[in-house]
Amino acid sequence: MAATEIARQAGEGVRSLPLSGHVGFDSMPDQLVNKSVSHGFCFNILCVGETGLGKSTLMDTLFNTKFEGEPNSHSQPGVQLKSNSYELQESSVRLKLTVVNTVGFGDQINKEESYKPIVEFIDAQFEAYLQEELKIKRTLHNYHDTRIHTCLYFIAPTGHSLKSLDLVTMKKLDSKVNIIPIIAKSDAISKSELTKFKIKITSELVSNGVQIYQFPTDDETVAEINSTMNAHLPFAVIGSTEEVKIGNKMMKARQYPWGTVQVENESHCDFVKLREMLIRVNMEDLREQTHTRHYELYRRCKLEEMGFKDTDPDSKPFSLQETYEAKRNEFMGELQKKEEEMRQMFVQRVKEKEAELKEAEKELHEKFDRLKKLHQEEKKKLEDKKKVLDDEVNSFKQRKTAAELLQSQAQQAGGSQTLKREKERKNSGFL
Amino acid sequence: MSVRVKVGGGVPRERDGECRFAIHRQEKRLGTVAPWQQKNLEGYVGFANLPNQVYRKSVKRGFEFTLMVVGESGLGKSTLINSLFLTDLYSSEYPGPSHRIKKTVQVEQSKVLIKEGGVQLLLTIVDTPGFGDAVDNSNCWQPVIDHIDSKFEDYLNAESRVNRRQMPDNRVHCCLYFIAPSGHGLKPLDIEFMKRLHEKVNIIPLIAKADTLTPEECQQFKKQIMKEIQDHKIKIYEFPETDDEEESKIVKKIKDRLPLAVVGSNTIIEVNGKRVRGRQYPWGVAEVENGEHCDFTILRNMLIRTHMQDLKDVTNNVHYENYRSRKLAAVTYNGVDNNKNKGQLTKYDTVEGISPLAQMEEERREHVAKMKKMEMEMEQVFEMKVKEKIQKLKDSETELQRRHEQMKKNLEAQHKELEEKRRQYEEEKASWENQQRMLEQQKLDASRTLEKNKKKGKIF
Repeated sequence: MAATEIARQAGEGVRSLPLSGHVGFDSMPDQLVNKSVSHGFCFNILCVGETGLGKSTLMDTLFNTKFEGEPNSHSQPGVQLKSNSYELQESSVRLKLTVVNTVGFGDQINKEESYKPIVEFIDAQFEAYLQEELKIKRTLHNYHDTRIHTCLYFIAPTGHSLKSLDLVTMKKLDSKVNIIPIIAKSDAISKSELTKFKIKITSELVSNGVQIYQFPTDDETVAEINSTMNAHLPFAVIGSTEEVKIGNKMMKARQYPWGTVQVENESHCDFVKLREMLIRVNMEDLREQTHTRHYELYRRCKLEEMGFKDTDPDSKPFSLQETYEAKRNEFMGELQKKEEEMRQMFVQRVKEKEAELKEAEKELHEKFDRLKKLHQEEKKKLEDKKKVLDDEVNSFKQRKTAAELLQSQAQQAGGSQTLKREKERKNSGFL
Repeated sequence: MSVRVKVGGGVPRERDGECRFAIHRQEKRLGTVAPWQQKNLEGYVGFANLPNQVYRKSVKRGFEFTLMVVGESGLGKSTLINSLFLTDLYSSEYPGPSHRIKKTVQVEQSKVLIKEGGVQLLLTIVDTPGFGDAVDNSNCWQPVIDHIDSKFEDYLNAESRVNRRQMPDNRVHCCLYFIAPSGHGLKPLDIEFMKRLHEKVNIIPLIAKADTLTPEECQQFKKQIMKEIQDHKIKIYEFPETDDEEESKIVKKIKDRLPLAVVGSNTIIEVNGKRVRGRQYPWGVAEVENGEHCDFTILRNMLIRTHMQDLKDVTNNVHYENYRSRKLAAVTYNGVDNNKNKGQLTKYDTVEGISPLAQMEEERREHVAKMKKMEMEMEQVFEMKVKEKIQKLKDSETELQRRHEQMKKNLEAQHKELEEKRRQYEEEKASWENQQRMLEQQKLDASRTLEKNKKKGKIF
């Protein structure tokens, strides 16, 4: 018996003991199966493709039931994701199926941002799971898993090659979800064209490094069928919910004037292969890959983004507690630092502004000092002038007074002279 | 491959206390998810094959189980293990715990790989040599608790790594506790041990060496033990409820016979032509696998054939989650405490449903908001102060300007005054000088006349 993963993990130092009777632990797989059956299964499919490629019809055909409502128009402003959830039951196995459709994909003139809502949606589901996983009180085993387990990428049946929108979108999605590319409405392609088309698509995917989902070949029971199917990728499918009478039976088919295309006829299209691979053989593997590969990648990136690191790669055990505490301290320190910085900045600004204002004040005072000085000078000049004037006035006054005095004296003398003359005349007159 | 579907099996069930949950029936789970539409299939789709896919994958991966055996030495623990797994786990080469008594209680484990019907099981048996054998047995349960916690911690660390890979599950899934067949009741050590460990591990109490008790004694003993277990509120492993009627009946039968009284044997004896495991006495053979002799078969069926998966599930969903939430809550609490954010302590008391990362995000957002507010406030204060100062400056400028204007006016007035004065003076001076000149002229004229007169000799 091949070594199981557990045995390999246990290593070499484990004793292998023979049993001397039937112990009964061979019922373990049954116990596990019982548990999962009673718990119910869940599966989430994302259908990406341009409007009108038959996504909803294919889902209906795959699951033998009528799912959604009306077909969507081409006039959507952007890409939206609509999800619908259904509960299906098949012989005591309950399946919670969620089908997510891209509405308006490929309808816009500028399709550069078309892939973004899809990536965001897938990431949002991962994020929700991650948040639940990181909660302190969590109920993981009861959590309804909304992560997308597979993405059916619908390729338009042009017969030539992939569109650049397809390549861009698939490249963005291949590390986030299991991509199964399918050629839609393949009743428009003839058999020879189809082979060439498939080869072209596969080579384009390879040359662009797009990782599509490979059916697993490590389990002997399904290795053979899976590897055969891998060679038929991408599957060329036709969907139809109408039934046509062929022979004695009613079969799902599409009726044309030139013949009837039977959906479940393997020589007409790969529908049966798709159903076989997707649902009957590898559903569980798709779910497991999503959880162990895509989700882990997302989680790793997210945690690294937040600054978490494994303290030691493999050897020493990594203490969650320490990391949380360290992270938290670092984070708080950061916040403190930011606060300090802001305060410092403000202090700086205040200082600067104060200096500015002081400068302005100083200038003002200087200005006025200058003016004052000028004024003082003016005043002094004025004073001088005044003094000059006063001196002149004084000297004039003196002159005036002196002159008047002289005049009065002269008058007096003159008067006395006149008197004297008068007297003389008088005297002379006497003679 | 046909679909083998047996309804029933491991469904985690309700236990009161911290992190417990009650999900018995699917409807409850379905009811909480909205909005689901029921659809009927009109043909065979094929996902009924899912259980087979799960089966296939689980076989490929293999199974692991860790069983702990605890009890005083000499109670037949090793023999029971050998009988349970029909193999010489303990032998002369690998002696059982009672042969390895140490001075202090040790916790040791041995791993074996056993295969049956295409299924591989990695079985780990953890035993505790020295348990209950000392004179003073206080704290002899501590190494056991430490061991269980360290396994939880290993798992938690592995789960919390950034780079994770397939994690081995070394957590203790079940603890078989051996009660000595005194016939009277539980010993204080038994009670103490079970009380301390019932919230960390699934405890299945067993009455060891049950072939020393008669059926009546055994019945009495069991009743007594169950009563004491209830009185002390010890939570031993509970069987899950099932929807299946048959299974329910079986479960009820088991519940009535708790705790299971077991007998183990390493020897095979011939009884009535059949080769059976048993113990040979002068008065007969106590057969291990005879349901009337002891409950060994019930134990084996329950432990291995029907409830092994459930034991693992309960360990994972209940005991481990309890440990994890307690551990992480302690971290967060410490973290918050260090920050002296008094107001926030109460918020994080209810840590239910908050992941530490989300918590940090929340804190970061709050801090950013706080800083913004602070910044705004500071900005406001700053602006206001600047305004004030500028206003003051303006005012003093205006004042000085005004004064300057005034002084200028003053000066101008004085200038004018002076001008006026000068003008007056000039005028006065000019007129006086004129006058003087006239007078002088007159005088000159007069003196000339006098001279003339004199010359004329008008004097007689």
